[in-house]
Amino acid sequence: MASDRIFGLVATLVALAYIASATQIQTSFLSDPVGPRAFPIGIGIVAVICGIYMALKPDAEPNWPVGKTLLAIGFAIVVLVIYALALKPLGFIIPTAITAGILSYQISPIAKNAVLAGAGLSVGLFVVFKFLLGLGLVAFPKWIMG
Amino acid sequence: MDIFSNLALGFSIAFSPFTLMLAIVGCFLGTIIGALPGLGPSNGVAILIPITFTLGLDATSALVLMTSVYYGAMYGGRISSILLNIPGDEPALMTTLDGYPMAKAGRAGDALVLSGVASFVGAFLATIGLMLLAPLLARVAYLFGPAEYFALYLLAFCTLGGMASNNQAKAAIASCIGLGIAMIGVDNSSGLPRLTGGNLHLFDGIDFLVAIVGLFAIAEVFFFIESHGKDSSIGVKLGKVTIPWKDINDTKWTMLRSSVVGFIAGILPGAGASLGSFMAYMTEKAIAGEKGGFGTGVPKGIAAPEAGNNAAAGGALVPMLTLGVPGSGTTAVLLALLMTLNITPGPTLFTDRPDVVWGLIASLLISNFVLLFMNVPMVKIFVRVLQVPAWVLLPGVTMISFVGIYSLSGSYFDLLLMVAFGALGYVLRKLDIPTVPVILGILLGGNMEDAIRRAMVISDGEWTYLFSSPIAIGLWVAAIAGFVAPMFFRNLLKKPQAVSD
Repeated sequence: MASDRIFGLVATLVALAYIASATQIQTSFLSDPVGPRAFPIGIGIVAVICGIYMALKPDAEPNWPVGKTLLAIGFAIVVLVIYALALKPLGFIIPTAITAGILSYQISPIAKNAVLAGAGLSVGLFVVFKFLLGLGLVAFPKWIMG
Repeated sequence: MDIFSNLALGFSIAFSPFTLMLAIVGCFLGTIIGALPGLGPSNGVAILIPITFTLGLDATSALVLMTSVYYGAMYGGRISSILLNIPGDEPALMTTLDGYPMAKAGRAGDALVLSGVASFVGAFLATIGLMLLAPLLARVAYLFGPAEYFALYLLAFCTLGGMASNNQAKAAIASCIGLGIAMIGVDNSSGLPRLTGGNLHLFDGIDFLVAIVGLFAIAEVFFFIESHGKDSSIGVKLGKVTIPWKDINDTKWTMLRSSVVGFIAGILPGAGASLGSFMAYMTEKAIAGEKGGFGTGVPKGIAAPEAGNNAAAGGALVPMLTLGVPGSGTTAVLLALLMTLNITPGPTLFTDRPDVVWGLIASLLISNFVLLFMNVPMVKIFVRVLQVPAWVLLPGVTMISFVGIYSLSGSYFDLLLMVAFGALGYVLRKLDIPTVPVILGILLGGNMEDAIRRAMVISDGEWTYLFSSPIAIGLWVAAIAGFVAPMFFRNLLKKPQAVSD
């Protein structure tokens, strides 16, 4: 119940903001009858209607994860964001081993398996991508290699 | 006969050793992808697209590889349905209804072989149907102007939304999310940036591949973290695999009927393979009546959804190739592939690039036979794949997704967006909001807007032009009916729940 109401309200607000920013789109002097604003505004209006409908007539509440599991998913998102930022400066192998290990541990909390999965995946995928498929990956950052 | 010379052209391309090798590799990968629980055809094909793109294959080769993966995944989906009672993807849900009971009764091998043969019949007939129907439809598609195209896109959103969700508002909001995202970036006709918030990374728009991989593959990881990879161990034993000739012979008419039903369901824009397997199963259940014993592990209950599902997969290629409107989640992903390769699907594809179309059709026929060989005698190899534990599989999928997207643009911004789409996908699926319309919106948003703007340029702003031709009116009616009708048939069309132990 509450989730659908909240999502409906958030969707409505986002859609209103979307419409507001769509009205600010610059038009050039060479415009067609519809122009660049109408279609985004139309989408926004449909979204507002649906958002209000969802807020007023919500479905049954889904099973949200609670406590630890919710934290685990939040933590996984943080890890993936850090991984995204680390991939370029730190090279492929080290960030991949750490991230794969953490995700593996989160799915099945056995430390030995997680270490194996991390090490195996990072080296294995590096070999496959770099040498079999010829993608331009960098194994380690320059400052380690000297 | 046009069709034979076209086929000859197709086979001359498909029988080159390199293309043949790609088809075999694709079939093998596809079956594995389909069999692995948590990695269905959509996300499997999605994570492979960026990598195929970076490999620098030409259009035909890339298309052959990925459609073999697509067909392979459709075959593979049945393995986890039958052995684990976990559908590898949504269309395979119907196979669990009779497949798992049959496997529990000690006939796992028979169920796998029978479903493999049914898949072959469905896919083979559908490929023939595609060959006959697609050129005809391509000719009709020449009559489509911008007004008709706009109505057609609307139809795709309406039927997909009507079928994919239990709540029309949720399906519509998903479409809006996708369409809204598609608007971001530089406007095609005025050349001015729209809705970028001044962020330079957004001037090129949001790459649909980033969204697809995020919504499908990354979101799956969060689901596995939530469930701790439980319920992914093999529940039944697989003994010696023999060919159950009697069952195959008994179900031949079921397979034929289901193939026809599935193919028709697949052609409908936005309906896709789930509807195909569902309709095929329900039709056969009605024909067999009470005595048929559907749901207790009867051969017909396995043959019907598998033939229907694979026939629908072939049928879904018809609107995708001729009109550029995908019929299912996975064909939406294949459309993404075509767009990445700079091929515009549509009627002109058949006249301008016959090598692509007929090479594709020929390699579909070839990969079908390859798949039959792989899936009947070699099924044990793929069963072993199911034993890959989730704690290796899911981190592996994540890493492959990251490498794929990173090698597309080399920008950390796309990776962050992908993670954001993953989180969005998790929330949407929790709320029972379908994610396929989001993808469809991102893919088709630009074309849909172009269509309506061109229509208005032609008519000088007169909006009744949108309903000016019989085709357009028909499409509008179908769109509205496709959106509204499921509300009334909801009780009738209620999906059976998977059997529980």
